[in-house]
Amino acid sequence: MYYGDIIVQYLVFPGMLFTAVVGLVTSWIDRKVTARVQMRVGPPFLQPFYDIVKYMIKETTVPAGAPAWLFLSAPLIGLAAVSAASTILWRALMVPSETFAGDLIVLIYLLTMPALAVILGSFASCNPLASVGGSREMKLVMGYELPFVLAALVPVIHAQSIRMGDILSASPAVAAPSGVLALLVAMLCMQAKLTLVPFDAPEAETELTGGAYIEYSGPPLGLFKLTRAMMLFTMPMFLVALYCGGIRFGTGWLDIVLGILKYVGLVVVIVLIRNTAPRMRIDQAVKFFWGPVTVVALAAVVLAFMGW
Amino acid sequence: MSFAIQALTRSLNVFHVAGSACNNCDIEILDVLTPRYDVERFGITLVGSIKHADVLLLSGIFNKKSAVRLKHLYEQAPKPIVVVGIGGCPATGLMFRDSYNWDVPPGEYIPIDAYVGGCPPKPEAMISAIVKLIGKLRGG
Repeated sequence: MYYGDIIVQYLVFPGMLFTAVVGLVTSWIDRKVTARVQMRVGPPFLQPFYDIVKYMIKETTVPAGAPAWLFLSAPLIGLAAVSAASTILWRALMVPSETFAGDLIVLIYLLTMPALAVILGSFASCNPLASVGGSREMKLVMGYELPFVLAALVPVIHAQSIRMGDILSASPAVAAPSGVLALLVAMLCMQAKLTLVPFDAPEAETELTGGAYIEYSGPPLGLFKLTRAMMLFTMPMFLVALYCGGIRFGTGWLDIVLGILKYVGLVVVIVLIRNTAPRMRIDQAVKFFWGPVTVVALAAVVLAFMGW
Repeated sequence: MSFAIQALTRSLNVFHVAGSACNNCDIEILDVLTPRYDVERFGITLVGSIKHADVLLLSGIFNKKSAVRLKHLYEQAPKPIVVVGIGGCPATGLMFRDSYNWDVPPGEYIPIDAYVGGCPPKPEAMISAIVKLIGKLRGG
């Protein structure tokens, strides 16, 4: 593959631009379903796009005493990581035979980067509320990464391979009881990775008034929002690829529609959880992830080893 | 009309500052966001940080101490920002006009772009003000 090809794939399709557009459409679905649940009309279809353009024309403010290079580069780290994750994931979905060994590990690492970017940005912003938000985000990352990696092991054990391509070609993990358990664990971890209710303690708008993002304005804030929207697309797609067989290209349009339906189904579940649950305190969230969720994830791994 | 101005007027984030208000205007502002009026239809959302805001809503009067905070808030806000006074108090002081803590209207400290009259103004009046303000921003 030529370098130019790699750059186009990273920047346009299936990387940054494609992920941004689909992610923003997904965030519209999120806001619209939320509005319908609350018996409101909700925002128009182009609302997330207007929001991002609006952030781009606003002034960027850097708080006094903050290291400007770190404060301004944190959003870029998150955006670059989620674009790379989406590129690798979609390459695996489109051409399962061409992926490299261990791309699952790279994906898990890259999907942690946006949370690290939020932590960096919040600690760089010299604001007590942002620091509290950043430290909560850090605890949340430590809480959900363990069960998430355990849950990601289950399809690896089923497919006997750590390549995304082999996992996609094998029969879907949800066909086995251990896969169902692992999917449930991974969905809870996804909710926390997206910092949505009930795990939105890092940006709790009622106590921290924006938390980690409080000092951000203009384009950097827009990039953070864009990263969140792109994660809202990449994370469910990652779970669909890991557990539900992904989207199969080249075998007729029915399989593609089925793949999109799996994705939309997961997104609607996320949105419904976020609209019907109260917020957990950060200590409750960490106890929840290290206690019951890890136990269930371990059980799923043991079941998978036993061949269930 | 450029796409940037259109995007700005279709995605207004509102930050709400209550001076020494009697709380009626604050309740009416929240009414505008409830399902009955639902201004998220027009992309208007309430935010918790001034750094995220495009509109600064004032209610109540600002005494000598809170006026300093108001000035700080206005200076911290990323430009362009629109300042709207809700109710009669930011304009004239109304019933607080003769009280010991009345100083000058907040318009003396920061530029205010629009006033919504009333004590308190109805949600319909605020939506009408939003429509007029958006028209003004778009140069219509």
